[in-house]
Amino acid sequence: MSAKRFIGRIAFWALLIAIAVFAVFPFYYAILSSFRSGSQLFTASILPGHIDFRNYISVFTEQPFGRNILNSVVVAFTVVAISLFLGLTAAYALGRVQFAGRGLLLLTILSVSMFPQVAVLSGMFELIRTLGIYNSLPGLILSNLILTLPFTVWVLTTFMRELPKELEEAAYVDGASPWTVVSRIFMPLMWPAMVTTGLLAFIAAWNEFLFALTFTLSAEQRTVPVAIALLSGASQFELPWGNIMAASVIVTVPVVVLVLIFQRRIVSGLTAGAVKG
Amino acid sequence: MKFQALFGASALALAAVLTASPVTAASVSISCGAVGQELELCREAADAWANKTGNEVVVVSTPNSTTERLALYQQLLAAGADDIDVFQIDVIWPGILGSHFIDLAPYSVGAEKEHFSSIIENNTVEGKLVAMPWFTDAGVLYYRSDLLEKHGEDVPQTWEEMTATAKKIQDAERAEGNDGMWGFVFQGKAYEGLTCDALEWIDAYGGGTIVNAEGDVTVNNESALAALKVAGSWVGNIAPEGVLNYAEEEARGVFQSGNAVFMRNWPYAWALGNSVDSPVKGKIGVTALPKGGSDGKHTGTLGGWQLAVSKYSKNPEVAADLVMYLTSYDEQKRRAVKGAYNPTIAALYEDQEVLEANPFFGELYDTFVNAVARPSRVTGTTYNQVSNEFWNETHAVLSGTKSPEDALSDLERSLKRMSRRGW
Amino acid sequence: MSVAAASASELTRARVRSAWIFLTPMMIVLALVAGWPLIRTIYFAFTDANLSALDNTRFIGLANFLEYYEGEWYGLLVDPDWWNAVWNTIWFTVVSVALETVFGMIVALTLNTAFKGRGYLRAAILIPWAIPTIVSAKMWGWMLHDQFGILNEILMGIGIISQPIAWTASPDTAMWAVIMVDVWKTTPFMALLILAGLQILPTDCYEAAKVDGIHPVRVFFKVTLPLIRPALVVALIFRGLDALRIFDLIYVLTSNSRETMTMSVYARQQLVDFQEVGYGSAASTMLFMIIAVLVVLTLTVGKVRLGEDAK
Repeated sequence: MSAKRFIGRIAFWALLIAIAVFAVFPFYYAILSSFRSGSQLFTASILPGHIDFRNYISVFTEQPFGRNILNSVVVAFTVVAISLFLGLTAAYALGRVQFAGRGLLLLTILSVSMFPQVAVLSGMFELIRTLGIYNSLPGLILSNLILTLPFTVWVLTTFMRELPKELEEAAYVDGASPWTVVSRIFMPLMWPAMVTTGLLAFIAAWNEFLFALTFTLSAEQRTVPVAIALLSGASQFELPWGNIMAASVIVTVPVVVLVLIFQRRIVSGLTAGAVKG
Repeated sequence: MKFQALFGASALALAAVLTASPVTAASVSISCGAVGQELELCREAADAWANKTGNEVVVVSTPNSTTERLALYQQLLAAGADDIDVFQIDVIWPGILGSHFIDLAPYSVGAEKEHFSSIIENNTVEGKLVAMPWFTDAGVLYYRSDLLEKHGEDVPQTWEEMTATAKKIQDAERAEGNDGMWGFVFQGKAYEGLTCDALEWIDAYGGGTIVNAEGDVTVNNESALAALKVAGSWVGNIAPEGVLNYAEEEARGVFQSGNAVFMRNWPYAWALGNSVDSPVKGKIGVTALPKGGSDGKHTGTLGGWQLAVSKYSKNPEVAADLVMYLTSYDEQKRRAVKGAYNPTIAALYEDQEVLEANPFFGELYDTFVNAVARPSRVTGTTYNQVSNEFWNETHAVLSGTKSPEDALSDLERSLKRMSRRGW
Repeated sequence: MSVAAASASELTRARVRSAWIFLTPMMIVLALVAGWPLIRTIYFAFTDANLSALDNTRFIGLANFLEYYEGEWYGLLVDPDWWNAVWNTIWFTVVSVALETVFGMIVALTLNTAFKGRGYLRAAILIPWAIPTIVSAKMWGWMLHDQFGILNEILMGIGIISQPIAWTASPDTAMWAVIMVDVWKTTPFMALLILAGLQILPTDCYEAAKVDGIHPVRVFFKVTLPLIRPALVVALIFRGLDALRIFDLIYVLTSNSRETMTMSVYARQQLVDFQEVGYGSAASTMLFMIIAVLVVLTLTVGKVRLGEDAK
C-alpha cells in the first residue's frame, strides 16, 4: 500500500468518524443529560456519571405522559391510514388515467403543501370549532391531514405511474371493475411504496407541533411534542432540563427504532418516488 | 385486505376516543397553573371549594409559557367558547382580554378594598372589575451576601453602585481563579421579561412608563436615556453576552450555580436558591432593586396573576363564587405559607405565620405595594405590540447594535405610528 | 376493428368516470382542511380583523399591504420588520440549503462507496432526521447554552475559544446557530435523496473513466453531477420549500428575536401575539405568494416537468 493511498484511507475514515459523531452526539448528550438531576445538570461534561432514573419517573408522574404517548400513537396511525387510503385511490386516478385538468389538479395539490402552516391556523381553528372537535383527537387528525395528504398523493402518484400498463389492461379485458383493479392488482404492487410513504406520514404526524398546540386544551388530549414543549418545573419559571431530556429520549427512541428497521425501505422508497419528479 | 383491516382498526380506535370525553353540565372549569406545586395548590383549593359548595370543579392545565397561554385564551375567547369558566390571567392582560370577562363587582361585595389598590385599579377596565387579584409579583435584586462580605461591600442602593460593586467583585473573584464569575445577570432575552426589567431601569431614574396614563408616548426623555446608558454598559462588562438570551430560569441557573454576584429576578427564586442541593444555599440576600442615581427611586415591575370569569360561561355566578373563594384572605394565606406566593391583601404582610415562612415579605412590603405597572391598560389590545417594540429596541441597546439615543427616538416614532388612530 | 375502437373509448370513458369517483373523497378532505382555511386567510388579508373583536371586521381593501395616512405610508410593504423577516428567511434558506446540499453530497458519496460498517453509518445519519423538531430544538438549545452548554465546554477545552460564546443570543451568531441546527437535522434527508439518485446511475461510464485515468474530482463534475441533476433539483425544491416556511425550530431556539425572525414567525406573531388577524393574514398571503413565485422560477430554470408528462 503506497503512502499516498494510506493517507487517503486515513482521511476517509476520519471523515466517516466525523459524520458519525456529528450525527449521533446530540442524541447521546440528551440521553446523558436525562440521567442527571438537580445542580448536577448545570455542570457540562461529556462523560456519563451517576445514573439517576428520577427524571424518567417524574415525567410520568407529574403529567399524563403515558396518555400523551397514546394520543400521539392514535393520531399518527389514524392520519397515516386515512392519508394512505385517500392517497392510493387518488393516485390511481392521477397516475393511470388521462383526463382534462389532471396537471392543474396536481399543481393545486402541490401548492397546498406550499402554504405555511401558520397561515391556515385561524381558518383551521374556526373549522374545528364549527365541527365541534376542538380539544379532541379527531380535531388533530383532521388538521394533520393538510400536512400528510398532499405529499402522500404526490409520492404515490409517481409510484403508480411507473407500474407497467399491461397489468391493468389485462384485468380490464377480463371485466374487472376499477376498484378491483386498484385493490387486487395495484395494492399488492404498491405495498413497498405505501410502507415508505406511510412511514414518512407517520413521522410528520408524530412530530407535528403547531396544530397540536393550538387545537388542544387539556393535558389529557395533548400529543407528545406539545407535552414536551410545555413541560415545566414546580413553579412558573422553572425549566426542568432533566425532565425535558428524559421525555425527549422516550419519544425519540420509537421513531429511531422504526427508521432503523425500515431504513432500506425509506432509501429505496425515496429513490423510486420523489426523485423521479 | 390487510389495508382495510388496518383502516377498520384505526376507525375503531377513533370512535373509542370520540366517546371518551365526559363533561357534566353542572361543573365549573378553571385554568390555573401548569404543573407542579402551582397546579397542586390550585387543585387542593378548588377541591375544598367543591366540597363546601357541592359543585364540581375541573382543573384545566394550560401552557406554562405566558405567551402560549395568552394565545390559547385569545383563541378560546374570540370563539366564544365555554371550555374554561375561570381564567387565570397575567397582570398585563385585563386590557387585552377585558371585553370577554364579566364584571365581578356585584359578586365581590367590597372584598376588593382589602387588596392592593394599584392592582385593583389595574384590573378595572372601563369601570368594570374584570378580575380579582390572586397573587402578586415584583422584580427584586438578589445578591451573594457571602461575596459582599468577603470583599467588604455594602448592598448597593443605586444602579451605578451596583455596576461598580459587581465589576469589583467579579474582577477580584476572577483574579482568584474563579473564571466563570459574572457581576450581574437579568432577563435580557427579547421577550416580555426584558420589558419588565427595562421598565424598572427607566422608572428607577424617573423616566416614566413608556406610555403615560393619558396615552401619550413619553419614553423619549433624558431620564430614560440615562437608564439605558447604564444598562447598555453591562453586557460583556459585568453581564455575560448570553444574558441577551436569558429568561428567568437561565439567569437563576447562573446565579444558583454560584457564577453571579447579583441577579434581578422574581421572588420565586428565593425558595429555589435556598433548596437543599443549591450551591448558594444560605449565601443569598434579597433587597429592593437599586435607585436610578441618588435622587431616583427603588422600584419593581408589577407582576402576578388574577382570576377572571368568562362571559361565555354557562354558570357565571358559580364561577364567580369560586373566584371569591380562591382570592379570599384564608386561601391567600395558605398559598403564601405553603408556596411563597405573594398575597395581594395588605393585612397578610403582617400575619406572623406568613412572615415566618417568608422573612423578606415584610422588608419588601413597600416594593410590592408600589410596584410599577406596565402600560397595558391604556394601550389595551395593542399592548403586546408596544411591549414588543420596547423590548426589541432595548435588546438592540444591550447588544450594542444601536445607541440609546437612536433606540429611544426610533421607539418613539414607531409607537406614535402605532397609535395614529388612538390606542 | 371499429367495434374494438368503440369499446376502447367506452372503456376510457368508464375509466375517467371512475377516476373522478376515486378522486372525490381526497378532494373533499383537501378542500375542507386546506381550501376553506386558505380562503379565510386570503379574505382576512383584506380586512381589519382583530381577534378581540372579530364581529366588527370591516373590509379595508389593500390597506394591510399599503396605505397612505396623514402624510405617511403604512402597511406591510413599508414595514421594516417585515422586510427584515423576508431577508432573514431568504438568507437562511440560501445558506442552509446550500450547506445541506454540499454536506448531503459528501455524505451520499461516502455512503455510496463500499466499506465495512456502511449499514451502521447509514443508520447513524438517520437519527437526526428522526428526532422531532421540537425535541432537537430543545436539545440544541441546551447544548448551545452559553454557561452550561457542552459545545462551549468542548471548544474551550480544545482551546478554540477562550470565552464562552452566547450562540443563540449574540446577534452575530444567532442566525448561524439556527442554520447549524437545521443543517444537522436535514442533511440526512438531503443525503438520502442524493444517495437515491447516485444508486441508479449506470456504472459503465465510471468504468470507462477509470480506465482512461481521469481524476475522480473531474469525474464527479463531468459525469456524476449532470446525471443526478434532476434528483438534486427535486431535493432542492423540497428543502427550499421547507426552509422558506421554517417556524418551530426558530420559535423554540430563539423565539421572537429580530435577528432570526423569519416570515412565518412574523406572521404568527402578528396573528397570535398581536391578535392582528387581518394584518397577519396579509403577511401569510404574501409569504404564500413569495413561495409560489420562487417555486415556479425554480421549476422553470430547473426544467422539471410535473404531472403533464405521464405516459
